Amino acid sequence: MALIDLGKKEVHCKIVYYGAGRCGKTTNLLYIYNAMSDNDRGKMLTIDTKGDRTLFFDLLPLNLGKISGFDIRIQLYTVPGQVMYEATRKLVLKGVDGLVFVADPLKVRQERNIESLNDLKRNVADHGLDLAEMPLVLQYNKRDLVNTPVPTLTVEELEYDLNREYQVPGFEAIATKGDGVFETLKEISKRTVNYVANKHLFNG
Amino acid sequence: MADTILTAEIVSQVKDVINEKLINDNVQTVLVIDGAGNILAHCGEDTNGLDAISLAALTAANFGATSQIAKLIGENDFSLLYHKGEKANIHFARLSGEMILVSIFGDDVSLGLVRVRVEELAVLIQKIFEG
Repeated sequence: MALIDLGKKEVHCKIVYYGAGRCGKTTNLLYIYNAMSDNDRGKMLTIDTKGDRTLFFDLLPLNLGKISGFDIRIQLYTVPGQVMYEATRKLVLKGVDGLVFVADPLKVRQERNIESLNDLKRNVADHGLDLAEMPLVLQYNKRDLVNTPVPTLTVEELEYDLNREYQVPGFEAIATKGDGVFETLKEISKRTVNYVANKHLFNG
Repeated sequence: MADTILTAEIVSQVKDVINEKLINDNVQTVLVIDGAGNILAHCGEDTNGLDAISLAALTAANFGATSQIAKLIGENDFSLLYHKGEKANIHFARLSGEMILVSIFGDDVSLGLVRVRVEELAVLIQKIFEG
């Protein structure tokens, strides 16, 4: 749920990075955190286990400038990807305004990507939301693996598996190097802010 | 969960009642947050450079997690949580409309006082949000 503070002229939106375990959600946030200036970012909060896997969530607050005189403040969250943490994922999705689904290109993860997207659809439905109507962007991460002997999925295969129902923008990315990270962030921020603004600021 | 629209008037009224009931009696910091972890009102001082955004996000998630624990033992929800530290203590109480009131206070303030005042505030804040 977005928060619109008419007194301070601020709009707060929550964007969640979702995807199967080890797909690179936290890596996206870390790259954004390291690339942005102190003025535009808040403190990054991560709660992970000893093995660097997200246990609860990561949080990165960002300031994205002004629209129609309102300061746009975005909070980026990740969820723990492992199947067993479904209850935690559902908690983090509470009040979500926009979603990035990060897909793993490894052929052996094909089913997990699909399961994770279905899990996302179910979990947002439990919060009374319809994924098809929400701001959503896909990110095809780890494209640097394509040139290695590891069997990977093509973008066309990923599009077929994950995007034939939603038909939303998909970005190729190498999150460890930052390729595609800001393109993804820019698109989901634009879609989320438009979605919230159209609901509240421009329609009275 | 619907979007929240805050007006300057609502925030000012909420801050006034929090200042009257808690801050004037030495409670250091009080936050009102929503279930998604957004800060609706922030009163008092920022003790030790308090990172209020992280506190709000963790509080919302913690409340979500403990309400699942409540269900495991046959309760619908826990309406308040309290953590005691060496110098600082923190009290969380669920308000109406999925809002949470967070109070941070030292040993010079009694837990009993905080609990009584938070109960009074729950009614007052609900009235303000309902107009």
